[in-house]
Amino acid sequence: MIGLSRHYGPVVALDNLDLTVRAGELIALLGPSGCGKTTTLRLLAGLEDADAGRITVGGKDITRLPASKRDMGMVFQAYSLFPHMTARQNVAFGLRLRRVSVAERDKRALEMLDLVGLSTQADRYPHQISGGQQQRVALARALAIEPQVLLLDEPLSALDAKVRAQLRDQIRRIQLEVGITTLFVTHDQEEALAIADRVGVMRDGRLEQLAPPTDVYSRPATPFVAEFVGLTNKLAGTVSGSTVTVRGRDLPLVDLSTPAGPVTALVRPEAVTLASDTSGDSGPLVGTVIASTFLGATSRVTVDLGDTTILAQLTTADATALPAGSRVALTIRPDPVLVSVSSPSESEA
Amino acid sequence: MAAVSGLAGESAPDAGQVRAPRRMRASRRGRLNLFRRVVFTLFGLFFLLPLVALLRDSLEGAKLGTWSVTPWKQIASYPGVLGAIGIQLALAVVTCVAVLLLLMPTMIWIKLRLPRVSRAFEFLCLLPLTIPAIVLVVGLAPIYNKIEHYTVATIMLFLVYVILALPYAYRALSAGLNAIDATTLSEAARSLGANWFTVMFRVIAPNMGQAIPNAMLLSSALVLGEFTIAEILNYVTLPVVLFNISRATTNAGVLFSTSLAALLFTFLLLLLLSYVGRRLSRGRG
Repeated sequence: MIGLSRHYGPVVALDNLDLTVRAGELIALLGPSGCGKTTTLRLLAGLEDADAGRITVGGKDITRLPASKRDMGMVFQAYSLFPHMTARQNVAFGLRLRRVSVAERDKRALEMLDLVGLSTQADRYPHQISGGQQQRVALARALAIEPQVLLLDEPLSALDAKVRAQLRDQIRRIQLEVGITTLFVTHDQEEALAIADRVGVMRDGRLEQLAPPTDVYSRPATPFVAEFVGLTNKLAGTVSGSTVTVRGRDLPLVDLSTPAGPVTALVRPEAVTLASDTSGDSGPLVGTVIASTFLGATSRVTVDLGDTTILAQLTTADATALPAGSRVALTIRPDPVLVSVSSPSESEA
Repeated sequence: MAAVSGLAGESAPDAGQVRAPRRMRASRRGRLNLFRRVVFTLFGLFFLLPLVALLRDSLEGAKLGTWSVTPWKQIASYPGVLGAIGIQLALAVVTCVAVLLLLMPTMIWIKLRLPRVSRAFEFLCLLPLTIPAIVLVVGLAPIYNKIEHYTVATIMLFLVYVILALPYAYRALSAGLNAIDATTLSEAARSLGANWFTVMFRVIAPNMGQAIPNAMLLSSALVLGEFTIAEILNYVTLPVVLFNISRATTNAGVLFSTSLAALLFTFLLLLLLSYVGRRLSRGRG
């Protein structure tokens, strides 16, 4: 996608977007509602026309091709199986349009249903199978036509948490097995980080960062990415040289070109460690535990520092040793931190 | 033990409280059922009594207290009756086909591609409801004068019947179209390689369920009973023939038998259409 733009009246849905997806790669487009991620997918599928820009697949310009000629398989957020057809007929639909023989398309449909683990449900109608199964059939239907690119438009958002996690893993397994180039749109950061080779974080029709999940999380390119992906403590600090001083502690900067002066430093909860404080001293990094949220293997602890609160992510065993009311001393790991120059204010996001 | 007996003691009034609303619900249900039966009986009598009277009068013999089926046998002997039945059926079929061919693709296209004109289109389709038949005829007379210049075939009445059937067919089809996620289905089909024709006729239309048979049912009912326009435009349809027989005959029995026959004929056709529609939509699961 080169210089892709799309406006809806005065609203800019996509603003000069450049995105290259490598063959066989799975890119997750992540962002808040209205950031342009679904528009990107719809322009790619040919379901909408771009105001400007070009789309090429394998070197071939498909910008002006209608959706029916683009050779893209798509799975939608809403259940999109044809209600009057069985699972097998749904999967075979695209092959039927391509005039594949009855025997061949039946064989291929069953193969695809087998791939998504639903060969036993082949003769059931959509209303006879669950939501998760419907999305798996939709995936089989999209893959059956052997598309050049697979487009997944929040296919898991209508499912409950457990089915969602299972299907997410299944999609990734199948994508790797088939080796198909895939664009996956989601607003769920956990989903994006878990499934993708690279994650593209979008905001206001632009791509803020496109990088592997670990980089997006640990080296966010912009304050928006840092705040959108994972939880972030926003702490007032002062930049001088290559460091930012946060509550008396010097932390290295990600962006060394940051001008000196007051800023808001974005510190991940996992960079904060706590230890029981028995000294009775007061200081900028001493506070009181006010809440602890159990997350399974880890727990999120909220500490009141007097003038602000800060989140720390600890192992549940460590967190249990620090019940609400405990006095604690904080340590901030000297990871490179991102800062936001605009109006410093302290809080966690 | 005290705790156990206390619990048991507490449970008794609870159970009583639960039973009380149940009793109330049961008595309310009983009253509702009675009301339902009374209303159904009254309305049933209101509709059936005239028909029974019609049947009784059509079977009354020449002498008081005697019975005869002669008036029923005589129906076919009146000139034009059988031909009119054929024409009426043909009109119903042609009107249904024309209405569906005109409305379905247009409505699907508007739903998928031109949603902004849907209000205006709905207004246009419902407009015939607000125009009295006589006004329609005044407007259509010059057009039918032109048509009659080329053919006087009664089947040409379908043009005006299509207009008359538009509001009913539109409502039925609109309900079916709104019951499905037509946009997602069409986008899914297009991404799989379907052209617009395939989207309309192989994806959307088969999922409109009972809506298409309903639209046909309403259009047929309108055509089978339409008298005013056919009569004023001088076309000979079944209702017109029956009206002419009623005016010309001195035999009251024939008058009653033809009227009842026309009603039964319409009922049977509509029942058949409704049955076929239900079977078709059940077949789709």
